[in-house]
Amino acid sequence: MIAALAFYLFAAILIASAVMVVTARNPVHSVLFLILAFFNAAALFLIAGAEFLAMTLVIVYVGAVAVLFLFVVMMLDIDFARLREGFQRYAPVGAVIGGILFLELLLVVGSWSFADQAEDLRLAPITGDVTNAQALGRVIYTDYVYLFQTAGLILLVAMIGAIVLTHRQRPGTRRQNIAAQVNRSGSVLLEKVPSGAGIATLGIRRPPEPEAEKPKVTHEAGHGHGGHH
Amino acid sequence: MSWTLALPELVLACSGLVLLLAGVIPKQETFFPITMGAIGALLVTAVLVLGQGEGTALGGHYVADAFSGFMKILALGAAALGLLLSIDFNEKEGLGRFEFPVLVLFASLGAMVMISANDLMALYLGLELLSLPLYVIAAFNRDNARSSEAGLKYFVLGALASGLLLYGTTLVYGFAGTTNFDRLADAFSAAQGVSAGVIVGVVFVIAGLAFKVSAVPFHMWTPDVYEGAPTPVTAYFASAPKVAAIALLTRVLLGPFGDLAAQWQQVILLISFGSMILGSFAAIGQINLKRLMAYSSIGHVGYALMGLAVGSDTGLRGLLFYMAIYVFMNVGAFAVLVAMRRQGRAVEQVEDLAGLARTDLGMALWMAAFMFSMAGIPPLAGFFSKLYVFLAAVQGGFWTLAVVGVLTSVVSAYYYLRVVKVMFFDQPAGALDRAPASLTIVMAGTGLFTLLFGLFPAPLLAAAQAAAAALLG
Repeated sequence: MIAALAFYLFAAILIASAVMVVTARNPVHSVLFLILAFFNAAALFLIAGAEFLAMTLVIVYVGAVAVLFLFVVMMLDIDFARLREGFQRYAPVGAVIGGILFLELLLVVGSWSFADQAEDLRLAPITGDVTNAQALGRVIYTDYVYLFQTAGLILLVAMIGAIVLTHRQRPGTRRQNIAAQVNRSGSVLLEKVPSGAGIATLGIRRPPEPEAEKPKVTHEAGHGHGGHH
Repeated sequence: MSWTLALPELVLACSGLVLLLAGVIPKQETFFPITMGAIGALLVTAVLVLGQGEGTALGGHYVADAFSGFMKILALGAAALGLLLSIDFNEKEGLGRFEFPVLVLFASLGAMVMISANDLMALYLGLELLSLPLYVIAAFNRDNARSSEAGLKYFVLGALASGLLLYGTTLVYGFAGTTNFDRLADAFSAAQGVSAGVIVGVVFVIAGLAFKVSAVPFHMWTPDVYEGAPTPVTAYFASAPKVAAIALLTRVLLGPFGDLAAQWQQVILLISFGSMILGSFAAIGQINLKRLMAYSSIGHVGYALMGLAVGSDTGLRGLLFYMAIYVFMNVGAFAVLVAMRRQGRAVEQVEDLAGLARTDLGMALWMAAFMFSMAGIPPLAGFFSKLYVFLAAVQGGFWTLAVVGVLTSVVSAYYYLRVVKVMFFDQPAGALDRAPASLTIVMAGTGLFTLLFGLFPAPLLAAAQAAAAALLG
């Protein structure tokens, strides 16, 4: 009873926020509604007993994907009003196609039947009293290692692709040369410090400051350069 | 677990990783050695495929049989030839970066995963592993607007097709409770009617795969992507991915969905009709050779699918045979396209070939051989491939299919022969640059295959027969 009530509550919020994602005028609001939709979907997963999926959804989609969306929406100068220009004109066509798809879905779900052996054919059903994460952990590196590794290769290819398509080597860019940094002489000093001696008694040793800089700084401060930008 | 059965895939994956590492570390550009290494890895893998055993492995997700061996060798050969075409072109166009061969290598690995898939999940992952590198190499000339457009267009439409495929997969899984092909076959063979939902699922899976082979009505992206992508990339697009997707379509339809043949046969028939007709008529008005080849490839997929629509033993043999010959003559024709340069600049219009016979007779003769072969003129290889699918259609009683096939190949002969006419009888439009040695080798190799195939068709025919028998059991 409570589970059913919770299901309808979360499902209703999910659909409402999904509609708001599409219709909200402000793209930032769209992304925020998307996050709300993700949270509700995660709650539905929890009700269905898939707690691992629920947590992954929150961590991956809310934590990473939605934040990236927000970044993109805020950083790119996209004119959303112009993107929506044809909305009124194409809305009837979209509604008709959507309506047909919806009817088809009703037809599909309405006349749904399971295969006779579906119960026996089930892939990797959870046996005994284990959590989702445990059950996944038992099969993902054993029975499903082929698929797991292939998925890993796909991610590798995506990474190579992103680098190939966007990385440019500009002339004149400065790179950190760690070896040279570490090797420069006179900047690092090792010293034996007697135990119990405070900084006050030892005095702090610094590398000698370049002489020329000091008067320059005071000179510029006098002009009042700071805080202008 | 008998993971050793998947040795070819493992070797290819590891060599891809090693090549990636070897390409990154040196300071200077390593395009040429990495390309050579990738071609070597592809050939080694092909040899391993030849010596591969049979059976299923890796939790039932992977299957190896004569069919997978046949298709894998084709896909690997096409990838190696595609890389060979890219060496000179990429260096001249400033695309000589080592990621290119590595991406092609991973795409070939995806093709192998697809061909060996024995599970709907393995099917999907293989498809993505094949597609993702293709999106990237389509946009490889990233400073060129057309190339970027090609990559983006392919990516967006490919993602849509993947979505359709996944949706279909969920419906099938919802019905049967499993994604394994053998168990799906069990579930469908039970004497009970399947609901409309499953049929919708199967049709969605077909639609997703038909997108990859660019069959009508999922062909819209093909001309734009083929035109925009760098020419060697187009050569690769038109060969290896099609082989893999056709193989997958065949395995899925004849394996797990074999008992639903009455349901999917009409879909494949429709796709085959549409592709043949569009491929022959839409190419007539093309002046860009790459667009012309795009429509030509749509037509060829239509002919090949004819064999699948028939669904018989001979039909399947015709399909495999068709794909094998198509790959070679297609790569050959693209070798000519890649070699087309005037004063160092790549040209790709039909008019640019004008009078080629007077300036470079060798290239003109090879191109003529490929064009005659694609038109299906005896005694070239393309004639035999068409002959065997038409024969299967007639034997299976699909007369309309055979008649439409013959008529459309007559129509398509027009634009193939137009290329020959432009090369031999038009006023020269200025000499093309000399083709580099690598391209001449590819042209000569595939050209000799096309010309002399009629003398020795037996080995390939026997291999196709064995592969077909392995699938139909």
